[in-house]
Amino acid sequence: MARGHHDIGGLPGAGAIDQSEHQLSDWEILADAVNQALGARGIKRTDEMRRAREEMDSETYRDMTYYERWIASIETILIEKKILTKDEIDRRLGEFEKEWGEP
Amino acid sequence: MNSQAGKFKPGDRVTVKLEDRPGHIRTPWYIRGKTGWIERVYGDFLNPESLAYGRDGLPKRTLYLVAFNQADVWDRTAGPTDKVLVDIYEHWLDRTQ
Repeated sequence: MARGHHDIGGLPGAGAIDQSEHQLSDWEILADAVNQALGARGIKRTDEMRRAREEMDSETYRDMTYYERWIASIETILIEKKILTKDEIDRRLGEFEKEWGEP
Repeated sequence: MNSQAGKFKPGDRVTVKLEDRPGHIRTPWYIRGKTGWIERVYGDFLNPESLAYGRDGLPKRTLYLVAFNQADVWDRTAGPTDKVLVDIYEHWLDRTQ
């Protein structure tokens, strides 16, 4: 049996939980807002977002921060539902990078 | 929420199915195959295993709060009376005598 990369409850060696307060970046707040807007419009459900994260490449999943995973799963669902294409997203990303520099 | 439909009631002993299959599963890995008891019946909810793929989530599934002795779940337990509480859907549970 294969355990999913998200399903890590009880695994030894995880270390202590960092419970210190930290400030969210603007893009993280925006990711949350986009997520909520898509939910309010009935475009996606939480379970679909979770499934998209679970189906990601495991190495990519582990390398990503919490909201990076959110953005990646929003992208997956929007492409899956044919609301945006990968090309459209990549083109827009290219425009932003030209304007703001690479992240 | 309709709490009448579920086949288990508080106190019933149940064992979590030791299953592994592809798809979106809400039952954590660490609790599969473990035996505990029904602590509370939450009611009937759309099935997340179906909703995860854009389907309608029907038929609804009864969701329970299931309790386990911590010593039955983890090798290292904090105390003999400690419990682990997990939300588990009915189709992941078998009745245990």
